[in-house]
Amino acid sequence: MSTLTTDLKRLGEVKAPAGFADRLLAHVGMSDSYARFDTVLGAVYVAWNRQGISAAARDASADEFEARFHKEVGRQLVEAVPPPDLAAKIHDELEGRHRLRFDLRGLTPFEQAVLRKTKQIPRGEVRPYGWVAREIGHPAAVRAVGTALANNPIPYFIPCHRVVRTDGQIGNYGGGGPEAKRAILTMEGVRVNRLQELASKGVRYQGVKTTKVFCYPTCHTGRHALEKNIVWLHDEASARAAGFRPCKVCRPGAQLSA
Amino acid sequence: MGTAVIDVTERLFERMVHEHQHRVFALGLALTGNRHDAEEVAQDTFLKAYRALVTYPPDRIRELKQKAWLHRIALNVVRNRVRGIKPRLVELNGSEPDHAIGTEDGALLNLELDALAERVSALPARYRDAVVLRHVQELSYEEAADALGQPVGTVKANVHRGLKLLRGDNDEHSDD
Repeated sequence: MSTLTTDLKRLGEVKAPAGFADRLLAHVGMSDSYARFDTVLGAVYVAWNRQGISAAARDASADEFEARFHKEVGRQLVEAVPPPDLAAKIHDELEGRHRLRFDLRGLTPFEQAVLRKTKQIPRGEVRPYGWVAREIGHPAAVRAVGTALANNPIPYFIPCHRVVRTDGQIGNYGGGGPEAKRAILTMEGVRVNRLQELASKGVRYQGVKTTKVFCYPTCHTGRHALEKNIVWLHDEASARAAGFRPCKVCRPGAQLSA
Repeated sequence: MGTAVIDVTERLFERMVHEHQHRVFALGLALTGNRHDAEEVAQDTFLKAYRALVTYPPDRIRELKQKAWLHRIALNVVRNRVRGIKPRLVELNGSEPDHAIGTEDGALLNLELDALAERVSALPARYRDAVVLRHVQELSYEEAADALGQPVGTVKANVHRGLKLLRGDNDEHSDD
């Protein structure tokens, strides 16, 4: 009977639901999903895929975020309801507890190295651009570090705001300009004014007389030193000449083997 | 494995999804009898395909007969569901699946097709699989036999019996 086989054939021509392919590709991490989250920083659009968080921005609208993502990352992007625990993980990550993975595919190895190193700067502390350059083994590439951080696709989460200029200026910030950078650092507990004051006097490091260790001024290891034991140091050479060695935590100078 | 190899695999997978999504969804619909389960089956089929692809060496991927391969995976997915290892419903990033009936086909036609799918899915598995591969997916007997791992003669007999059952002509129904 031909009608049965004709009907069966028509059954084979049924179409998959709209958006099936996009959702599937997003699920395997080949295109990205995004949603808007309310955070300590206000509303933040966050994109993610199977590899981890792939982009973030405090854009004014979903359209703006999609346009930015398309330009900077270039993969497909689908608005989606986030996995149930993502909002909590985002909250924790922004509070300094590391719970997220990040997808840095598409960036050059140099850019990835800059961002990974930057991610190690603790909340409440800052480092100079030159520190990042030296730590990743390209001490002369300070400007390139600045460019890589300016193009950070995941600001706030990869804390490029914690990298500042040595002369005390706050430096540029892709995540909303110098004012936003200052506001975020203040929120994280950095005393920005004091830092700028020290920098304007040419002070780069804090030395502690009792331990003979010098640190970046925001390093947490030097935080509990008594005021009378602190000496302000201008450069690495004079610090070493005065008998100080660089801190092993914030690594403010070339690490010489003892 | 370098990122370049992964990128090649991902591009291939993307093309595979776009090329075969409707075919695999239709297969799922005929085997399960409803669109919700069909989407689950289609989704799981492609996820399994993806997980396999990333482990395959390049020449194995090149020689892959995608259509037959996806059919085999989908049949396995459906068999495993029947055994009770029901795959967890992955809400693909939470978006509501869109099961709205397409206007160009007309609602009535869709309802008729869904009713037919339900009848097909209710057949005993061996007849159902044979009928679906041969007449819904329009594979040749050789391709269907290959996907099912059965001799061509067995597939022909099962298709014949399955069509008979669908026509309500089951008086010679003697087994099971």
